[in-house]
Amino acid sequence: MTEKVDQSKRHFLTIATAVTGSAGIAFAAVPFLSSLKPSARARALGAPVEVPLGSLEPGEMVRVVWRGKLVYVLRRTEEMLQRLSGVTEFLRDPDSADTELQPIYASNEHRSVDPEFLVVEGSCTHLGCAPIPQFEVTPSTDWFGGFFCPCHGSKFDLSGRVYKGVPAPTNLKVPPYSFTQTNVITIGIDSGNA
Amino acid sequence: MVNKENKQAESSSKLLDWIDQRFPYTETMKQHITEYYASKNFNIWYVFGVLAMVVLVIQLFTGIFLTMNYKPSAADAFSSVEYIMRDVEWGWLIRYMHSTGASFFFIVVYLHMFRAMLYGSYKKPRELIWIIGMLIFIVLMAEAFAGYLLPWGQMSYWGAQVIISIFGAIPFIGEALVEIIRGDYSISDITLNRFFALHVIALPLALVALIFVHIVALHEVGSNNPDGIEIKEHKDHNGIPIDGVAFHPYHTSKDLVAIIIFLMIFSFVVFFAPDMGGYFLEYANFEKANPTATPEHIVPVWYFTPFYALLRAVPDKLGGAIAMGLAVILPLFLPWLDRAKVKSIRYRGWIYKTALTSFVISFVSLGVLGVLPAEGIYISLARFFGFIYFAFFILMPYYSKIDKTKPVPNRVT
Amino acid sequence: MKNIIKKLLISVAALIFSINVFAATEQSLLVANNNPHDVESLQRGARNFMNYCSGCHSAEYVRYEVIASDLGLSDQQVKEYLMFNAQQTFETINTSMLEVDAAGWFGQAPPDLSLMARAKGTDYIYTFLKSFYIDKSSPTGVDNVVLAGTSMPNVLWELQGHQVNLEEDGINHLELEIQGKMSPEEFDFFLRDTVNFLEYMSEPIRNARRALGIKVLFFLAFFLSLAYFLKKEIWKDVK
Repeated sequence: MTEKVDQSKRHFLTIATAVTGSAGIAFAAVPFLSSLKPSARARALGAPVEVPLGSLEPGEMVRVVWRGKLVYVLRRTEEMLQRLSGVTEFLRDPDSADTELQPIYASNEHRSVDPEFLVVEGSCTHLGCAPIPQFEVTPSTDWFGGFFCPCHGSKFDLSGRVYKGVPAPTNLKVPPYSFTQTNVITIGIDSGNA
Repeated sequence: MVNKENKQAESSSKLLDWIDQRFPYTETMKQHITEYYASKNFNIWYVFGVLAMVVLVIQLFTGIFLTMNYKPSAADAFSSVEYIMRDVEWGWLIRYMHSTGASFFFIVVYLHMFRAMLYGSYKKPRELIWIIGMLIFIVLMAEAFAGYLLPWGQMSYWGAQVIISIFGAIPFIGEALVEIIRGDYSISDITLNRFFALHVIALPLALVALIFVHIVALHEVGSNNPDGIEIKEHKDHNGIPIDGVAFHPYHTSKDLVAIIIFLMIFSFVVFFAPDMGGYFLEYANFEKANPTATPEHIVPVWYFTPFYALLRAVPDKLGGAIAMGLAVILPLFLPWLDRAKVKSIRYRGWIYKTALTSFVISFVSLGVLGVLPAEGIYISLARFFGFIYFAFFILMPYYSKIDKTKPVPNRVT
Repeated sequence: MKNIIKKLLISVAALIFSINVFAATEQSLLVANNNPHDVESLQRGARNFMNYCSGCHSAEYVRYEVIASDLGLSDQQVKEYLMFNAQQTFETINTSMLEVDAAGWFGQAPPDLSLMARAKGTDYIYTFLKSFYIDKSSPTGVDNVVLAGTSMPNVLWELQGHQVNLEEDGINHLELEIQGKMSPEEFDFFLRDTVNFLEYMSEPIRNARRALGIKVLFFLAFFLSLAYFLKKEIWKDVK
């Protein structure tokens, strides 16, 4: 212990080793964390889904599953489309101002590419229940038909826009989709990328 | 500035006090890390204990992540391993780390055990550490064996078939025992399912518990050293062994170097030779288990081959099983078989040196013979080396006593 | 101690040598000599595989999109030149043949080829594909030197031609009787590409893992130098 210890050198080496070791652990963590992401198989199973529209009558709705999620495709009648502008005062976000909830090509009053066809995820934005279609109701002062969530009573109009004063905070989500052929909608492929 | 640092130090010591009143944190750290004194003359043989801990951590981590994607059923197991290798992001790396880790576990454990034989670490007062260590070794073999069935390849299936059948050699209860192990009349989905349970829950739990006890026992009596001297017999006025240095920072800084060198060798295998020429990952295991076609050469993974060679060397089913069992159990009695007055090989005579050398040669040779087909000269060689293996233990009480030892110095060299 | 280690090394070396001798006498295979880094060879091999193998053999773990990105092909190219039995690039390589039908035709279903190169080795497959010869007594009209009694017909006869086995004293000797569309050299080249692709399929990440390995080793070497100097510095205290 006669030799004088160079404390600054020792300090530097300790810090350098600790930093390098931490970096090594961080590098090593990447593969483990990445392995938690959806795998190639999950991505394959979550592939785009084609929905033929030929047999869909006006006023009819079909349910499809895309990436394990329920999606509603509704063919609206002329009368249903006219109802949309009449309810705006009861809605929380009638102009779809929240841009996270629909692709840019569905940011309009009817929240769709083609006004006739509505495509929304059948998952209530409150806690994920599947809203029930109630298109024709006896007109009352505050409910004009649309989607009604049985779990906690949230209401959405025929464009999936949320009513005021219900537990659901936002409009129903519109998934990416496009018209890939005449009368065929493909859910999972953005319009313009087909 | 100084004020601020003082304040920080003060609040952190307050937190420490709070913890120490409820949990012996500072005391434990002192006893096992900063004021655990081990001999300053440790050589390379003393790194394999800490390396075994490193491999254990690698196996636990990679194992957890593999379990997230593996499916323990005869129908899905094989393809779920390929799913991990191809579809799961980075799954190949996690799987290769786990399969390479299994082999490295045995490499470091065998070297760790050899160290104990070199320097007499199993002798008084460390008999219990050795016995717990042997239990760890046996549990580790069971763990590796259960894990090897899981990929459900040809070698997994037929290797398990052969090894499980060994238990059938036991008189009277053998056949019933084999059915209980398999849970079926042959190795099947049911067997795979229960081996999965053993591999991921039961045996790792036992392993971790035993390792904990192993270390507690070690820290009670203190580590041995290459001279086989009790450093606690020479303490300074503070009660610190003169030849000892604190585990941290001295042994930790030394171990870190060893760990990095180990990781470099480990990475080399993982990235450049994960099948290690068919020894770490056997080629026949890339074919799905097929109960109707036995592969041409059934060979257990390399770490079992010394014992497998002994099994085949005896031309009798029960005799072979006894030889194999005995070969695994015998080292357990080393503390009482060895009658020498000194611990370390440095102060032993030529008899023990020759005996240990012959033992290592026979163990390695048996390992190689276990890979080769059991025919002609190989059977004779296996019998010859098997004879040396057993003689090493059985004759030890005699030769270790008459062996001329050198005087042991007072202090470590 | 030095002496012990020397004796150990000699005896281990002697035994390892005996393993090699054993391996060499077991069977003599031709050397495939394929190069897994040759992307063009892999592309040709992929085309060969799809045209001549995938009719009967699946590769159920291999996705077209992975082949596309590893072999430097666009999705469009893969769809056009390789995908005969699939619509989407994320699908795996399946055959159009039903397993039940196959078992009826060949006695057993043709094995999946995803891992064949890893299970058997490229030399084995290369030699096997070269070793068919005319055997009138066999239901397929051919037999194979490497795997006698195989139920696989010689699907490459159009390219290779017909071989006959001029067996002498139990030693097989194959000779080309009628040459096919390819010369023997062209056929070897064709097989080498095909086997190369089979090896690629058996472990698609092989090249990636090697590339990553070098980086990891460099990092650890740097870390080692730091840790070594730190150890030396700290052990200055110990006399």
